[in-house]
Amino acid sequence: MTDRVEAHIEIRDLVVQRGGVSVLEIESLDIPRGLVTVIIGPNGSGKSTLLGALQLVLHPARGTLTLDGEAMDADPVKTRRRMSAAFQEPLLLSMSVQANVELPLRLRGVDRRRRRELAEHWLERFGIAALARRHARQLSGGEAQRVSLARAFASQPEVLLLDEPFSGVDAPTREGLIGDFAEIVSEARPTTVLVTHDRDEALRLGDHAALLIGGGLRQSGPPSEVFDRPVDRAVAEFVGTENIWEGRRSESGVYQAGGVRLASTAKAVALGAPALLCVRPERIVLTREDDGSANQIRATVRAVRPRGPVIRSELASARLRLIADTPLTGWDELSLSVGDEVITRISPADVHVIEDTD
Amino acid sequence: MDLIWDGIREAARLWWSGDGEIIEITLRTLAISAAATALALAIGIPLGAVLALRRFLGRGLIVAAVNTGMGMPPVVVGLLVALILWRTGPLGDLNLIYTPTAMVVAQFLLSLPLVVGFSLASIQSVNPRLIGQMWAMGANRWQVLWLLIRETRLGLLAAVMAGFGAAISEVGASMQVGGNLAGETRVLTTATVLETGRGNFEVAIALSLVLVVLAFIVNLVLTAVQQRRFVT
Repeated sequence: MTDRVEAHIEIRDLVVQRGGVSVLEIESLDIPRGLVTVIIGPNGSGKSTLLGALQLVLHPARGTLTLDGEAMDADPVKTRRRMSAAFQEPLLLSMSVQANVELPLRLRGVDRRRRRELAEHWLERFGIAALARRHARQLSGGEAQRVSLARAFASQPEVLLLDEPFSGVDAPTREGLIGDFAEIVSEARPTTVLVTHDRDEALRLGDHAALLIGGGLRQSGPPSEVFDRPVDRAVAEFVGTENIWEGRRSESGVYQAGGVRLASTAKAVALGAPALLCVRPERIVLTREDDGSANQIRATVRAVRPRGPVIRSELASARLRLIADTPLTGWDELSLSVGDEVITRISPADVHVIEDTD
Repeated sequence: MDLIWDGIREAARLWWSGDGEIIEITLRTLAISAAATALALAIGIPLGAVLALRRFLGRGLIVAAVNTGMGMPPVVVGLLVALILWRTGPLGDLNLIYTPTAMVVAQFLLSLPLVVGFSLASIQSVNPRLIGQMWAMGANRWQVLWLLIRETRLGLLAAVMAGFGAAISEVGASMQVGGNLAGETRVLTTATVLETGRGNFEVAIALSLVLVVLAFIVNLVLTAVQQRRFVT
């Protein structure tokens, strides 16, 4: 879907080095106009480096970055004035909230009246109009991050660069902030690049995802595709595919892994060829009753531990180890304990197959 | 003890009687030291910012020189300026020796390392990510400098106080390059030295008191500005 959207930023043959060592190498990546592109990846994968290059604070050793077809570094100040950024830290200056939000406009020479109007509008949109006169030092973490985001929107940027702006705030505050942000970004529609390591955030806010590992672009596409259809083991491990089983295709649409037979609707590998079978833990349904459908595996509960709104259980069947996340309510109905037998049900559509080249 | 009381009484008398010479010396002192400090700030703050923010060959050497300069004996600076401005010196043709301008130059050279050092320390203490945010907001080079000055104004006001303090309290260099000429280059410090030498302790104490009160008032104003916490 997003592939057909016009690219606002084009990244080509980008190499960023630190101390002579390449820390980021991207052959080609398009940032689509008016959409949210989430950049995901483990620590040290080059996410923030990519954002630094887009902000023109890191200078690539090679490659080109273009905005609307024009080299971004031709006039860095002019390019930066078409963009704005917010980071994990709110990074407010020692002045009032209103003055902070007005600042990018002041730097662009916008007159006082218009500055005030825009600042008031964005403070209102982020629900912090009452804080306008407060000094930046007198804000809570959540309030300060709202000010930082209001400031980022105030200059009406074409491009919004965000580096984990929600990860520094506590969970309840974060939920409200992400909700407000999602609403605002869908109305204002700036081209947004959001660096995050949070899957829910990526799925909720992202229209497009780019996954970096070890300084390279490993996969890009709609976030649901990146999370549900990883291209290799490293991506699968990063996106939280807890069940990665080594197997082989035994017949059409059927695989053998760890002594268990599994059907999959995924694109097949050659008959007899080794394959990695990937199943997300939340896709495994635990039940007491065999309804005769495909991929019902009898397993024994080995360990149980709560993980927020779900219960994570570790199960064993033949030589297969399964990890399942079950919502609390469903878990209570099953009333399972360690050592109990249970039927695990996996839809063939949820068994993703990767050709195992290792 | 009586001597000190006599000095205080003499100071009060000189001030209340509107002694022309004292007022003139005071105003000259203020003008020379203010000009030297202003010059030191104009050059020292940007220099401090560059040293704080940029890495280049020889930076360490410059920082070491600045730190040395912060404790430089005024007589050494006085000697250097005198040698340069001396009639047969490299800038002798300018005829600046024994003029207030020469004193401004000497005091400027004494204040400069202090202003650079304090600016460097205070700008270096700014979160580098905040500086990144300034660039990200679309600031140009001068706007970043303006925002940095604004953000570090507490530290920079300390630089102003230190710079002005060094300039106004200095005596050796002023004597060497100003010559303590009555009505021309005599300032509070050089006048105090002269009166002490003559044994006119009441006048020397009076001049010292004027100097201390003057320095106190300037610093009081700067402190008031510095401690105004929530400036928008």
